[in-house]
Amino acid sequence: MNPADPAPPAVSAAVSSTSRGEFLAGLAAVGPLLLGAIPFGLIYGALAVQAGIPPLLAIAISSIVFAGSAQFMITKLVAAVTPGSLIVLSVFIINLRHALYSAALAEKLAHLPVRWKVVLAYLLTDEAYAAAIRRFGDDENPRNDPALRHWYLLGTGFGLWFIWQLSCIAGVVLGGRIPDAWSLDFAGTLTFIAIVVPLLKDRASVTAMLVAGVVAVLAWGLPHKLFIVVAALAGMAAGVLMDRQRSSA
Amino acid sequence: MNLWQTMLLAGLATFLIRYSFIGAAGRIDAPAWFRHMLRFVPIAALTALIWPDLLIEAGRLQLWPLNPRLIAGLIAGVVAWRTQNIFLTIGVGMLALWGIQWLL
Repeated sequence: MNPADPAPPAVSAAVSSTSRGEFLAGLAAVGPLLLGAIPFGLIYGALAVQAGIPPLLAIAISSIVFAGSAQFMITKLVAAVTPGSLIVLSVFIINLRHALYSAALAEKLAHLPVRWKVVLAYLLTDEAYAAAIRRFGDDENPRNDPALRHWYLLGTGFGLWFIWQLSCIAGVVLGGRIPDAWSLDFAGTLTFIAIVVPLLKDRASVTAMLVAGVVAVLAWGLPHKLFIVVAALAGMAAGVLMDRQRSSA
Repeated sequence: MNLWQTMLLAGLATFLIRYSFIGAAGRIDAPAWFRHMLRFVPIAALTALIWPDLLIEAGRLQLWPLNPRLIAGLIAGVVAWRTQNIFLTIGVGMLALWGIQWLL
């Protein structure tokens, strides 16, 4: 992982990956992201109870929806007594970005049986995608075996799922006992920052970030959290346009 | 629609989004412009969640330089850029927020 590491001894060239090894490597890769997921799950659980969601449902949502930012939004919408149809629409909108993760991984998972695809799609989150795409794109890693990639993705997805359930349950149980002054919800935003910043490698990606950010703030007042979709589309379009402009120049 | 039904529908919608292209692999191919856009999706979608959290508090734009979330977010951004370390980014960001809140 660390480019500063000395070249591995020749023996390790003979290392052959196993499904179990890849699963464990996936678990390990998602480890650092858990530091953001745990406080985010805790605060979700606490906010859900405070919003009047029954504890059992609050816990079930973590398995049914399994999407941090969407769950966070749900607590705000339920607290504001939003109609159910608008809650479903908002969740759909905020989770639309996962369609693009799905497209990015589709080719790499095309050979798998349907049951694998269902499980991996269910477990597909920002964090699992970020960990997996870094590995899948690393063609020089001798352990990046295309035939075993799904085990790696399962490791990242399951690791996140398991810790997410535990921290949401803990949040529900602790309820309102977590002081607001801790600002634990900020850990979720910090996780997003830790994912986005390393992706800012060229002018087009920086442009996408700036445009998405400015549009999000300007469009923030739109109903049904539409600012998320509007800003995301604007940022993506800006990135594509910047790439085109540079390649034609 | 009660809350349980609402959440089941929200969960189904989320799953179908995630399954869309994975499930259709080989039959529906994403067009080139769509694939090109893929590169910017995590950046744009997550930034759309980050900026309002740093800049908007209680429904108001907080551009003043002593906004604790803005300062802590910028510090975390620098840490992420210099170290590419998720632990450090979150740890330093939270400490910065608590420190600034304590100072102000």
